[in-house]
Amino acid sequence: MKCRKTIRNVAKKSALGALALGLVSALSFSSVYAEELGWPEKEELKFGFIKLTDMAPLAVAYEQRFFEDEGLYVTLEAQANWKVLLDRVIDGQLDGAHMLAGQPLGATIGYGTQAHIITAFSMDLNGNGITVSNDIWEQMKKNIPHENGKPVHPISAEALVPVVEQLQSGGQSFNMGMVFPVSTHNYELRYWLAAGGIHPGFYAPHKGDTSGQIDAQALLSVTPPPQMPATMEAGTIHGYCVGEPWNQQAVFKGIGVPVITDYEIWKNNPEKVFGVSKTWAEENPNTHIRVVKAMIRAAMWLDENNNANRQAAVEILAKPQYVGADPEVIANSMTGTFEYEKGDVREVPDFNVFFRYNATYPYYSDAIWYLTQMRRWGQIAEPKSDDWFMRTAKEVYRPDIYAKAAKALIAEGKAKAEDFPDFDAETGFKPPQTEFIDGITYDGTKPNDYIDSLTIGLKSDTTI
Amino acid sequence: MIATNNIPRIFGQVKQGVTGSKWGQFSASMILPILGFLVFLGIWNVVAKSIDTSLGQFPGPSQVWEQANVLVDEHIAQKEKAAAFFERQEQRNAARIEADPNYVPKIRPFTGAPTFFEQIWTSLYTVMVGFLMASIFAVPIGIACGLSKSVYAAINPLIQLFKPVSPLAWLPLVTMIVSAVYVSEDPMFAKSFVTSAVTVSLCCLWPTLINTAVGVSSIDNDLINVSKVLRLNALTHVIKIVLPSSIPMIFTGLRLSLGIGWMVLIAAEMLAQNPGLGKFVWDEFQNGSSNSLARIMVAVLTIGFIGFILDRVMLLIQRAVSWDKSAITR
Repeated sequence: MKCRKTIRNVAKKSALGALALGLVSALSFSSVYAEELGWPEKEELKFGFIKLTDMAPLAVAYEQRFFEDEGLYVTLEAQANWKVLLDRVIDGQLDGAHMLAGQPLGATIGYGTQAHIITAFSMDLNGNGITVSNDIWEQMKKNIPHENGKPVHPISAEALVPVVEQLQSGGQSFNMGMVFPVSTHNYELRYWLAAGGIHPGFYAPHKGDTSGQIDAQALLSVTPPPQMPATMEAGTIHGYCVGEPWNQQAVFKGIGVPVITDYEIWKNNPEKVFGVSKTWAEENPNTHIRVVKAMIRAAMWLDENNNANRQAAVEILAKPQYVGADPEVIANSMTGTFEYEKGDVREVPDFNVFFRYNATYPYYSDAIWYLTQMRRWGQIAEPKSDDWFMRTAKEVYRPDIYAKAAKALIAEGKAKAEDFPDFDAETGFKPPQTEFIDGITYDGTKPNDYIDSLTIGLKSDTTI
Repeated sequence: MIATNNIPRIFGQVKQGVTGSKWGQFSASMILPILGFLVFLGIWNVVAKSIDTSLGQFPGPSQVWEQANVLVDEHIAQKEKAAAFFERQEQRNAARIEADPNYVPKIRPFTGAPTFFEQIWTSLYTVMVGFLMASIFAVPIGIACGLSKSVYAAINPLIQLFKPVSPLAWLPLVTMIVSAVYVSEDPMFAKSFVTSAVTVSLCCLWPTLINTAVGVSSIDNDLINVSKVLRLNALTHVIKIVLPSSIPMIFTGLRLSLGIGWMVLIAAEMLAQNPGLGKFVWDEFQNGSSNSLARIMVAVLTIGFIGFILDRVMLLIQRAVSWDKSAITR
């Protein structure tokens, strides 16, 4: 009995072996990579996104069929707000999503919803702006130096100080909108306000205060991106920090004026990432790599030949199921210009960067910058060691997965090695960055020193 | 000059003219509704021109008609895309089998965004499921309440407490409960569908329940006495006496419920981002393109039209199943 079983097993194994051999020989001429990168574990995927132009890599990967090339059948679904999006990734309704860089970090360290989220793909650089209502603009314009009849950019929040003081002396508060407590927008807006001497307020989660308005001169609150213009029009907020097209929408609607882009606050700052839950990534390693491959191709397509495909991308994004705003509104920023005051159109070729400057590579130093800001504003209530910052960044940002995807693309001839960082030498830390609006240098390897070098905000050893 | 006392007489003549002759009957049933509709279009057209929103002028009838056509075109275009998608999928499956003979090919549903008409279908399907779920509970409970004073006394406070609750208050609870309880590897229905359907049910329950209870408790005493004389058992009593005589009231309740369900569904879809017409409206609102308002208006008219059709269908069913055909006219 036992003997027969073994014989049968051997027969089965040899059949399998022959099959595998046949498989390998069949593949060897068609594609090299399949030997290394297996078939996707899960083929039908659903990804969430928020209606913002920087979801473009997802839309392009779908419309240009880069997902299908990887054997993936992806459905893209717009989500109501960042909270819903994150919750649905956590409970598995979504396989992955377009996320704020702070979301995987915040979720992993347990600020807000606790869940281990990872990212292996950074979706873009820059792409946000700060807009104020027409009324505030009229008041702050007087404090802005002009040249040839036009305001000199970048505009510092110092111009806003008298406006805030006047509102406060009249017993009113100065309110601004941002999109999520751990959003890039929250930190950019806070950075800009603080650099101009306006205190944006502290969080104190250990005391149950997550409003972020302790000691605040400017009260920041959460509004979903597409509702920003309407909320400002209704007078609930005086201004907001949001991604495109919602700043340009304010100009087109004639309800507000963008004062600064995040490119001017921190040149080439990391913006959105593609986040998945850690369990999902562990269950579907091949799928994950293939998704990243498709998205790298989409990002390359978006930046190809000096932004040649951007107009085509605008047509895709203007479809109602993606961003859905008017094409001319989306085109404004996507094609490298930005309209401040009505008629004041300026060239910002790097307003949306999807691939160049290694935009898609998940740098540890980017993760750590967001963690330093969480510490600065009290979302991380307790002092943390430099080592903790490194460890957390490495738990969430996964350049190893990115490298596998990029190498597969190089092996297939779909990308060139020089398009990517040198994977053997890359440490994941960008060299110290100096291009901030207040000129303070950021070195990702020394997070606590960086926190101490910032004027307004908690220091590395203080708590509220 | 017409003397004041002549006016009522003139109106009387007009009224007679309208309702008396055959022509008058025809005009009352056809011309007047059309006239009313035309006047509405005229007012809409004039008023729309004077409303300027930050998304441009409020859409008049012609813009709305235009967008309705665009939605039809989009539907056709999407169908073509779907056909191409399936063709590509077959090619890919074939290529995959060549490379990997163990692979079991599978045809996956189209991954593109649902069109307006698919959203309508989703909404209709959801409201029907929610409505049926509610009716299955509401009618028997209503009958029990109508038959027994003590059951009614026990349940009445609960009915009074939950009846006025807005669907939007239920929604967060339903969402959380559904995602906690409805867990399966390969779910038959999407969670969002279950959430919407349950929310609809919760709001659909009450009119049917109350009307059934009232209908059952107000059965003619003669009929009850007949049942007693014949010594019908409880089940036969319900089937032969209670149901036939309370059908008109039960259906009044069902019609009200379906109407409420339809309204609730749109709100629930909007808030919970569940697929359907409500989500279509919300997405368009979020898009904020210059066509958004006209597209929302198309949806508004569609929602109204479907609500009207649903009501008419219920009325037809009610007429078909009730023994007293004269009882219900509108």
